[in-house]
Amino acid sequence: MNWNSASEFFAMGGYGLYVWGAYVPMAVWMLVEPWRAVQRLRRARDGVRERLASPADWDVA
Amino acid sequence: MNYAPRFFTFAAPLRFYRLAGAVSPWLYGVAALFALAGLYMGFMVAPVDATQGNSYRIIFIHVPAAWMSMVIYLAMAGWAAVGWALNARMASMLARALAPTGAAYTFLALWTGAFWGKPTWGAWWVWDARLTSELILLFLYLGFMALVEAIDDTRRADQAGALLAVVGAVNVPVIYFSVRWWNTLHQGASISMTAAPKMASTMLTAMLLMTIACWAYAFAVVFVRARAIVLEREAEAEWVRALPEFKEKGMP
Repeated sequence: MNWNSASEFFAMGGYGLYVWGAYVPMAVWMLVEPWRAVQRLRRARDGVRERLASPADWDVA
Repeated sequence: MNYAPRFFTFAAPLRFYRLAGAVSPWLYGVAALFALAGLYMGFMVAPVDATQGNSYRIIFIHVPAAWMSMVIYLAMAGWAAVGWALNARMASMLARALAPTGAAYTFLALWTGAFWGKPTWGAWWVWDARLTSELILLFLYLGFMALVEAIDDTRRADQAGALLAVVGAVNVPVIYFSVRWWNTLHQGASISMTAAPKMASTMLTAMLLMTIACWAYAFAVVFVRARAIVLEREAEAEWVRALPEFKEKGMP
């Protein structure tokens, strides 16, 4: 084990700003991006439902 | 009337939509498990570096992000080219779905690199061959995304995007070999197929675990985005209307 305490872990031997400055934005983005992708999928599904709900737009031959 | 060609044109998006929907939750799970294992190895098991101290731990996300930025670009250019040459709609949709994730990894490679460069080289940024070519990769991604969004005609947008993506692909080997071709501040390749690893095995293991996590994550998020693109483009198609999620609502 490399760390004796939580504060030692967060300090990263004096490199805390750099290590967490790199890790935190990456972690945040990897949570935001899946959320945005699933929002886009939901919007696309709503778009299909709207088309289905308005029979005037149907081009069923 | 011959229905065979129509069947084939619709088959690829339908199959993709179903398959991607089934596997993407599992891929997110795999990504989370490997990321946890990789972070444990990287922070708890891998020892401190003799020369760089703990700042070197940025490698566990920096190298995977940089690898993904290049691999995703090649995948994007490849699918765009297939979509252009063979008129395969699903391939063009995949190219578009890959671009934002590739751009994000490129940005993160540059960002994490800046946070590693500052304590190691004393500068957030240098106009070095490796860094500059990676920045050009970011511009290529952003250019591709802007170009395909700017053209209203979908087929034409896909073709223009494919041309940009394929021409830009020449930048990927330039990035990869930049540390060999020019004298740069950036260190050489972390992993070589021909030489023994220069890193401690625990560091290497942590980096590979994080790389697998990034691959699984990229597949998952690209699959979800590609499914959205399929629905956006194929909303008029019979097979979309027949999907179970639309069956119960709005049908007479």
